[in-house]
Amino acid sequence: MRYLPHTREDIAEMLQVVGVDGLDDLFSTVPDGCLRHETLDLPEPLTEWELDDHMAALSEEGENVPDGGPRPRNFLGAGRYEHFIPESISYLLGRSEFTTAYTPYQPEMSQGTLQAIYEYQTLTARLLGMEAANASLYDGASALAEGLLMATRITRRKKVALSRLIHPHYRQVVQTYVDPAGLEIVELPFLENGRTDLSGLKGAEDLAAVAVQSPNFWGCIEDLGAMGDMCRENGALFITAFTEPLAYGILKNPGLQGAHIACGEGQSFGIPQWFGGPGLGMFACKCQYMRNMPGRLVGQTEDKQGRRGFVLTLATREQHIRREKATSNICTNSSLCALSAAMYMASLGGTGIKGLARLNYDKAAYLRESLRQAGFKIPFASPCFNEFVVEFPPDFDATYNRLLKKNMVAGLPLSPWYPELKHHYLLCVTETRTRADMDAFVKEVAS
Amino acid sequence: MNKPLALTGLNLDEPLLWEMGKEGRTGFSMPRRDVEPFPLDDDLAGEGPDFPDLNEMGVVRHYTRLSQWNFGVDTGMYPLGSCTMKYNPKINEKYSQMKGFAGLHPMLPASMTQGALRLMVELERFLKEITAMDVVSLQPAAGAQGELAGMLLIHAYLKSRNMKRNKIIIPDTAHGTNPASAALCGYRPVRVASGEEGILTPEAVARVMDGDTAGIMITNPNTLGLFEEHIEAISRIVHDKGGQVYCDGANMNAIMGMVHMGRSGVDVLHLNLHKTFATPHGGGGPGAGPVCVAKHLAPFLPVPRILEEDGLYSLSEDFPQSVGRLHSFSGNFGVMIKAYAYILSMGAAGLTKSSQLAVLNANYIKEKLKSVLHLPYDRPCMHECVFSDKFQRDQKITTLDMAKRLMDFGFHPPTIYFPLVVDGAIMIEPTETESLEEIDRFIEAFRIVAAEALESPDLLRGAPKRCRVERLDETQAARRPCLMG
Repeated sequence: MRYLPHTREDIAEMLQVVGVDGLDDLFSTVPDGCLRHETLDLPEPLTEWELDDHMAALSEEGENVPDGGPRPRNFLGAGRYEHFIPESISYLLGRSEFTTAYTPYQPEMSQGTLQAIYEYQTLTARLLGMEAANASLYDGASALAEGLLMATRITRRKKVALSRLIHPHYRQVVQTYVDPAGLEIVELPFLENGRTDLSGLKGAEDLAAVAVQSPNFWGCIEDLGAMGDMCRENGALFITAFTEPLAYGILKNPGLQGAHIACGEGQSFGIPQWFGGPGLGMFACKCQYMRNMPGRLVGQTEDKQGRRGFVLTLATREQHIRREKATSNICTNSSLCALSAAMYMASLGGTGIKGLARLNYDKAAYLRESLRQAGFKIPFASPCFNEFVVEFPPDFDATYNRLLKKNMVAGLPLSPWYPELKHHYLLCVTETRTRADMDAFVKEVAS
Repeated sequence: MNKPLALTGLNLDEPLLWEMGKEGRTGFSMPRRDVEPFPLDDDLAGEGPDFPDLNEMGVVRHYTRLSQWNFGVDTGMYPLGSCTMKYNPKINEKYSQMKGFAGLHPMLPASMTQGALRLMVELERFLKEITAMDVVSLQPAAGAQGELAGMLLIHAYLKSRNMKRNKIIIPDTAHGTNPASAALCGYRPVRVASGEEGILTPEAVARVMDGDTAGIMITNPNTLGLFEEHIEAISRIVHDKGGQVYCDGANMNAIMGMVHMGRSGVDVLHLNLHKTFATPHGGGGPGAGPVCVAKHLAPFLPVPRILEEDGLYSLSEDFPQSVGRLHSFSGNFGVMIKAYAYILSMGAAGLTKSSQLAVLNANYIKEKLKSVLHLPYDRPCMHECVFSDKFQRDQKITTLDMAKRLMDFGFHPPTIYFPLVVDGAIMIEPTETESLEEIDRFIEAFRIVAAEALESPDLLRGAPKRCRVERLDETQAARRPCLMG
């Protein structure tokens, strides 16, 4: 086996040093009842070339895209977005000094990871208009759950309010995290314009946090400023979530609008869709809450010679020191994904991110307006970024299936999560869809 | 620009991103604008983030230079105990980048994702076989989330039987994440000390196990690198009082093909694909932490789960007793691909051999270093061995000093000051992918460091000297945190 370096002679020599006769004898401390006597029932090992064929076939199974084959015209978003990834990023991420290192416990040998994560924290905080960002969490959903738990620790209150327009999967994850802790979730309904209805919050003074997503699950941009004001009155922490961070290339950032915690998914920043994971939980807060923040933090310091260097810091919040009193059970971050995001933000630059965000906004608007002109109903009037809802006719199922056969995905049906929205579909457009793609799509759905 | 030009040879200086750049540069090939601008409300519009503008080569050089300040498994031996820093096969990276996998949207109709779902189903089956448990969920994103999943499962199972319990037993050799994960489920950890031999005794467990205790979180092999020999008796004690046995399987690399976890009485166990199954650690993630359970816990597994009907796979959330969802989608699929390819490359014999050689390497190091380093538990170990700095204390040399000095010899230090039961612990896990020659070099380096500790201790206190930076002031970093520039 090419991954195992030991020759027969090596093994014999080492066994002699250890003082046992054979490899099986190394397991003398395992009680008989726990020993496995039967061989593992696994497929015969494949050579590198056999495995190549097997994986190629598997990756193309179903109607996936064969390598080099035609791109599907997919109008699906809902938390995972198809964006172009510069080849330079994929190439740099292959640097195995990054990929094969672990959490930078020994800073002198890990300055590469540490500086890169420090830069990631900085760019993240600047993007969101916040004062401190962590080294990342698993994904957007767990970031939101951790944000809510953090708010309950800070306020010592047991109730949180969640907009119904937060990604349904995120709300499910939040439920999983907060249920055993006995926290109560209040659901905020939506308005006719596709934004969250906050009227129920007036006078609610027992809330630890109010969480909304913007752009929300339907793509609508929430009025964060008004929400920030209301939270200040109630003494609740204001948490803004997101699934599409690119939006903040052109939208007013959460920090300017009163958010105490901003968190969400960073997959759009140079990370492949990968059937939903791994992702990147971006997490930032106002300075005063820094020590309550979950996850790893990288800080700047100096070495003995006064040279700038970086270390993991504020570890006293973490589980290996605080054990059950830790701010979170999270042990690592999503480091390599954070690195992708940093490289992506650096490649775009301030000028590029504005341009790309605007292009996404304009393209989505183009498809929405084209569909409206073709006679389809656009039920929510609020401005959108990248995604929007369309109400198709009751017999649209057949069209949807017909389009699937043409490798065209007409968005996501919303009724499984919003039963009141029959025949409503969530459509998404990024820079990867051309005007021709969109024109062809409109023609197909209208025919 | 009054800073002198760096004259550091190949160890190139590199500023922070925002210390470089000029407005107007770009490292991105902007897609063609083929639509007209659409108006955006002024009160929604922002100014955009203050990011530096760099060109493509600027970005490439920046990260290439940073990478050169890093040390990974591909650079050299990385015997970080409990982390299983084994070789990460390169071919697996290619598979995770295949368009049919990397470009796959998680909410596509199932008919378009059959390959991905098949891969997951087969990986579940492989892990089930390797752990000898009954059912597997691949959803948890990391080891700590796998632990949390395990706790949630136990919590939900006990609740379904109307058993409300408040405590959980956690041995002093447990991973630090264990108590934090248990606390998320509202369980108060009850600490139990391991016996003189470094393993738990049934008597110690029997003393604390009661009707208010949900069960035990046990790491096996434990963090001293020792097999918990009384696991069967301990499981019986916990089960007799209505509790559940959770096993932290972070150390699975010691026992593949050799141990039948299902028979040891374990009810739920988590794995770390980034440890045992050779997916890269990525500088601290992303990993994956599947949970494997005995049948009675299966109804509570996280959703979605994969169903098979007439040869077609689909995702289903229709499991009313489930603990719910833990991940935005179905887990870290990009990581699963690599673990799956690894298992197919290794086969049964290869995996078993890996565990045997991992254990051989650790025992060899233990025998070769125990004359110069204090070995608190001198017994056969599994995949890692734990020393301490007791022999060096007279010279006021600590574990930290020895760790830093090892860097000057080109080795990543072992895990230090963990497990907590050993004062000044030095936890060495070589893994099976290190050759005898490399291990001998490591042993030689450590012997030199141990000799230096007696003869020229200042060398150790001043170490490292051959890294990008010297020892960093961590106190200052924590006292006046500077988390962004």
